[in-house]
Amino acid sequence: MYKIVRKKVLNPVVKLMEVSAPDVANVCQPGQFIMIRVNETGERFPLTVADFDREKGTVTIVFQEVGKSTRLLGTLNEGDYILDFTGPLGRPTHIEKYGTVCVVGGGCGTAIAYPVARAFKEAGNYVITINGARTMDLLIYRKEMQEISDEFYETTDDGSCGVHGFVTTVLGDLIQKGRKIDLVFAVGPAIMMKFVAKTTEPSGIKTIVSLNSIMVDGTGMCGACRVTVGGQMKFACVDGPEFDGHQVDFNELMGRLNAYREQEQVALELWEKEHGGGK
Amino acid sequence: MSDEKKPKRQRKPPTKKVPMPEQDPMERIHNFNEVALGYTVELAVAEAEKCLQCRNPRCVSGCPVEVPIKDFIALIREGDFMGAAAKIKETNSLPAICGRVCPQETQCEAKCIYGIRNEPIAIGRLERFVADYARERGEELPEIAPKNGLRVAIVGSGPAGLTCAGDLAKLGYEVTIFEAFHKPGGVLVYGIPEFRLPKEIVAKEVDYLERLGVEIKCNYVIGKIRTIDQLLNDDDYDAVFIGTGAGHPNFLRIPGMNLVDVYSANEFLTRVNLMKAYKFPEYDTPVRVGRRVAVIGGGNVAMDAARTALRLGAEEVFIVYRRSREEMPARVEEVDHAEEEGIKFQLLTNPVEVLGDEKGNVIGMTCVRMKLGEPDESGRRRPIPIPNSEFVIDCDTVIVAIGNSPNPIVPSTTPGLETTKWGTIVIDEETGMTSREGVFAGGDIVTGAATVISAMGAGKRAARGIHEYLTKKRNKQ
Ligand SMILES: Cc1cc2nc3c(=O)[nH]c(=O)nc-3n(C[C@H](O)[C@H](O)[C@H](O)COP(=O)(O)OP(=O)(O)OC[C@H]3O[C@@H](n4cnc5c(N)ncnc54)[C@H](O)[C@@H]3O)c2cc1C
Ligand SMILES: Cc1cc2nc3c(=O)[nH]c(=O)nc-3n(C[C@H](O)[C@H](O)[C@H](O)COP(=O)(O)OP(=O)(O)OC[C@H]3O[C@@H](n4cnc5c(N)ncnc54)[C@H](O)[C@@H]3O)c2cc1C
Ligand code: SF4
Ligand code: SF4
Ligand code: FES
Repeated sequence: MYKIVRKKVLNPVVKLMEVSAPDVANVCQPGQFIMIRVNETGERFPLTVADFDREKGTVTIVFQEVGKSTRLLGTLNEGDYILDFTGPLGRPTHIEKYGTVCVVGGGCGTAIAYPVARAFKEAGNYVITINGARTMDLLIYRKEMQEISDEFYETTDDGSCGVHGFVTTVLGDLIQKGRKIDLVFAVGPAIMMKFVAKTTEPSGIKTIVSLNSIMVDGTGMCGACRVTVGGQMKFACVDGPEFDGHQVDFNELMGRLNAYREQEQVALELWEKEHGGGK
Repeated sequence: MSDEKKPKRQRKPPTKKVPMPEQDPMERIHNFNEVALGYTVELAVAEAEKCLQCRNPRCVSGCPVEVPIKDFIALIREGDFMGAAAKIKETNSLPAICGRVCPQETQCEAKCIYGIRNEPIAIGRLERFVADYARERGEELPEIAPKNGLRVAIVGSGPAGLTCAGDLAKLGYEVTIFEAFHKPGGVLVYGIPEFRLPKEIVAKEVDYLERLGVEIKCNYVIGKIRTIDQLLNDDDYDAVFIGTGAGHPNFLRIPGMNLVDVYSANEFLTRVNLMKAYKFPEYDTPVRVGRRVAVIGGGNVAMDAARTALRLGAEEVFIVYRRSREEMPARVEEVDHAEEEGIKFQLLTNPVEVLGDEKGNVIGMTCVRMKLGEPDESGRRRPIPIPNSEFVIDCDTVIVAIGNSPNPIVPSTTPGLETTKWGTIVIDEETGMTSREGVFAGGDIVTGAATVISAMGAGKRAARGIHEYLTKKRNKQ
């Protein structure tokens, strides 16, 4: 049992929780993730380590409520317990001094991008961040991101804040202008990562993406998370979750992400019926 | 009784095992309850009466942990079932499990002398009977040696880890099991289905260990949260046993393996068994089973996946296996049960491609017919494709059950731990010690995917090895 010591609502669909898990907090690194099971009937699902405090023994998660499991988690409050909190899993982000690093976060992905951007900054890189969302209300980590960035951009699909357009609009512009970028790190919806990789491909800028495939165990035991990278089968939970974006077969990934759409809908509807909307 | 040849002198016809009551096939394909129902007292005694009580009981040499078979059967004949259970437990700490899942036909029962002319004595069924009898009546704890102040960490809670932990606890060690999953038991809980091994039995065994004083820490992936070196150097464990199993699923190198409805048997069975997807949406984990399911492989894992798919509502389920029925590594009983339940066997058949539509859904599987050639290193005849024999199996779900490799997380995070080119850990056969002093290993992580009883045997040997190693070390100080 893992106690929730702090809860914060970041926007209508994204919540932050600081969870007491001293042994995990002691060793986790940016880029790694946790497998969560909220209660006895719950499914196991992955959430990235958004932050950690080794002294307090806490790990922070930030999640978007998309279906039954994330909504269920969202109903828990400070003082409540999460049944299972297994980690840290996956490989940490490889941090080194590249020169100029552009960190792209889409939607809830920004929360995951934040500790990575901070680590790149601490390693002596010039950090450009691009924070994107559908609309202004959904932008998160605005102040935090800005504080650790040398250059900071925001984009919204509807133009309600920052640049009107996608994260790739800004990224494409920067590349067009001939800005020297040594590494792009992107995390967000699969479709966003696909287009980020497409944007950087012609100029050959190394692009790391953090894949969010469906997972069951998170330890290399089931193969649910398999993805094709450079023509080879990889397990995102042990070989990743970060891969070279130019090598990833995104269409296959998106197909596999939709595998349970019908069942997810059933679970969600049942949940909403029982919990009056689940809010 | 059928194959009676003209006897020269009058001999009794060969006898069969006393049949064990089972759920009717047409009923059981709609539920997850146990298929075999177990002997009653009368049936068990009748079967035990047939044992010859051989002076030199060969059956014992067929059992990897040398269960005193002759002696426990004698106790059944006397009606002392609790005594029989205690007798088995002298060498086998998980008899309710072994009685159900051991491949008896290649082990104890293969050697039984009575079996030369008849069906052998049903040793497995008898073992199961006494274990269930004793469990239902509540077993007393064995004598535990006083605490010796030494601490051992066990990594993995499959049969190897559980056995090693139990033996060490009885010797007075302070034992902690670290398990990656949220529930202990290894393959016994995530792989083998409820209808073959009720999870309640595994839970009882785990409970027994806890009563022996073993501490179980779930959600601990060793190699990630702690390394083996940290356990030894920072956490003050005096020795470590690695029993992490062969949990890494293999896929075929053919096109279509990443289509949406292609599962590894591990994923499929984990969703259903551990995560209880068969109770979706009461439980949140979903599983998809189409109308026509093809399972690739011929072992226990394949049988379990096929029979599970059937129970989840598939209309037709195929086992696709590249050799013939005789070469199938599955337990005979499971193959028979699968057949009774209506699983179709496509033998001497090898998949060459899984076909998908534009959305990534499976719409069929192209296969090629095989014939058997010369025996290979394993002694089984090598299957060779027959040219131009391709055909398509009409299916919408494919489950791959062609074996598992060792899980690499622990070996890759433990410097100096010697492994083979297959990724299994190298040990000293006698003591179970690895190339790292104080680090022992056993079970599937050493042998590759094998059996419950061989993993238990390895756990036992390692417990002995650890005890000798630590005793010697302490005496030197
Ligand atoms: C390594 C890893 C790290 C992750 N880290 C985070 C994180 O830090 N914060 C966070 O909010 N989410 C994260 N995710 C995604 C998260 O695991 C899923 O959103 C969650 O499992 C959805 O569960 P659910 O039952 O609420 O929704 P479901 O009912 O399972 O899904 C509802 C809908 O959400 C979409 N969806 C499902 N799975 C995913 C997915 N993996 N990614 C994106 N969309 C999905 C689908 O369109 C689906 O129809 C991560 C995923 C991975 C693999
Ligand atoms: C579906 C199926 C059916 C089978 N049927 C039979 C049968 O009928 N009869 C038979 O004799 N055998 C059968 N087997 C084989 C048998 O189950 C295995 O040989 C046996 O379980 C191996 O035991 P083990 O203790 O070595 O490993 P496992 O049972 O695999 O247990 C290993 C445990 O270690 C944990 N682990 C792994 N890595 C870590 C880590 N880094 N940190 C912490 N924990 C970790 C795993 O989560 C797991 O719980 C079957 C196997 C399967 C998959
Ligand atoms: S443990 Fe297995 S092999 Fe040994 S006697 Fe029992 S059933 Fe037979
Ligand atoms: S070999 Fe067969 S008949 Fe002889 S003691 Fe063993 S079980 Fe009985
Ligand atoms: S989640 Fe099971 S292997 Fe990656």
